[in-house]
Amino acid sequence: MRREEEILVGLLLDEECLLTLGELSRACRVHAEWIVELVEQGIIEPRGDDLRHWRFSGSSLGRVMRVQRLQHDLGVNLAGAALALDLLDEIRTLRNRLSIIDRDL
Amino acid sequence: MQYKDYYAVMGVDKGATQDEIKRAYRRLARKYHPDVSKEADAEKHFKEVGEAYEVLKDPEKRAAYDQLGANWKAGQDFRPPPDWDAGFEFSGGGFTDGDASQYSDFFESLFGQGFGSAFRSSQRGGGGFHAPGQDHHAKVLIDLEDAFHGATRSITLHAPELDPRGHVITRERTLNVRIPKGVRQGQQIRLAGQGAPGIGRGAAGDLYLEIEFRPHPPYRVDGRDIYLDLPVSPWEAALGAKVKLPTPDGVIDLTIPAGSNSGRKLRLKGRGIPAASPGDLYAVLQIALPPADNAKANELYRKMAEELAFNPRAGLGV
Repeated sequence: MRREEEILVGLLLDEECLLTLGELSRACRVHAEWIVELVEQGIIEPRGDDLRHWRFSGSSLGRVMRVQRLQHDLGVNLAGAALALDLLDEIRTLRNRLSIIDRDL
Repeated sequence: MQYKDYYAVMGVDKGATQDEIKRAYRRLARKYHPDVSKEADAEKHFKEVGEAYEVLKDPEKRAAYDQLGANWKAGQDFRPPPDWDAGFEFSGGGFTDGDASQYSDFFESLFGQGFGSAFRSSQRGGGGFHAPGQDHHAKVLIDLEDAFHGATRSITLHAPELDPRGHVITRERTLNVRIPKGVRQGQQIRLAGQGAPGIGRGAAGDLYLEIEFRPHPPYRVDGRDIYLDLPVSPWEAALGAKVKLPTPDGVIDLTIPAGSNSGRKLRLKGRGIPAASPGDLYAVLQIALPPADNAKANELYRKMAEELAFNPRAGLGV
């Protein structure tokens, strides 16, 4: 019962939440080298000049995990996953716009 | 337990070649992948297809499944015949390469015994096998007001788990989670260590909560911006007026500039979802016409028609 009353405070993965390369790879349970590959593909974009000063926004975490799932489940390569993520983001934006325009909703 | 027709799930006939099965799987996996699909129940379909493929892609499992006979119908009550798998040899490979606890009782009863036991005993601890627990994902529905003020939400999760005897059970647990002010649709909250327990000395997985707003008429949300249709009378739009405007943060006064038309967007800077750079609130004007349902109103409309030289279709050239 005691546990149920406890209020958990999580980490909101937004733009203000900044993760280091180590934190991001630990959270996603992948090698840092793989994260570096994602950066090279332009799938996620860190701030900071070199590897040690890289900081990733919270939304990168969701992108890394989506790439993992797409690779594992659908067998797409990194370039394909990058394309899929960009298109999915665009679809989401357009759907949202549509729901704002559509007055019947 | 219900019989599952894996061929029907994959949409292939019983004589399909391994290549045809592989192609069907790839097509369905793309169609129902929860990250890609907008279909209702995408995740459920994706798991069903994954389970069917797990059996049909492996000639040994497929042959064992086929010899259950062709008379079974999907959904029919099923009990595996005794020694049903006698004479079939399953080569290693462990349980599956998917997440075993995600598969149905039907799958479990056919393929879960035997080679499942190694997996189970290691889960009970003791052994030298350690692995981190899985991450769990869940959606949390909140009200738009929660994004303005922050809130505490109680979330009930149903997680499959193995009991001490190795059966898959669904455990229910309730968590109270702080929803911070300024969250947006689709954002995630990470709760470290609140996922599935680890195996052996492996660390527990994490829990990811995805924020979803309940539909919230009259508001529509785009990122941090909020839109709402604001009905105004023709004279308010034409002459200008001060009107009441509801916002998730309370009612405010809004000035309608004279000469406004339907569809005009009035931007209230910083009245959207709060943040370091907060969103805006847009009131989209909708001109509402008073009905001409009595002599007085009829007279007024007729007078306007006579005295205002107005062609609403001038822009169409007619």
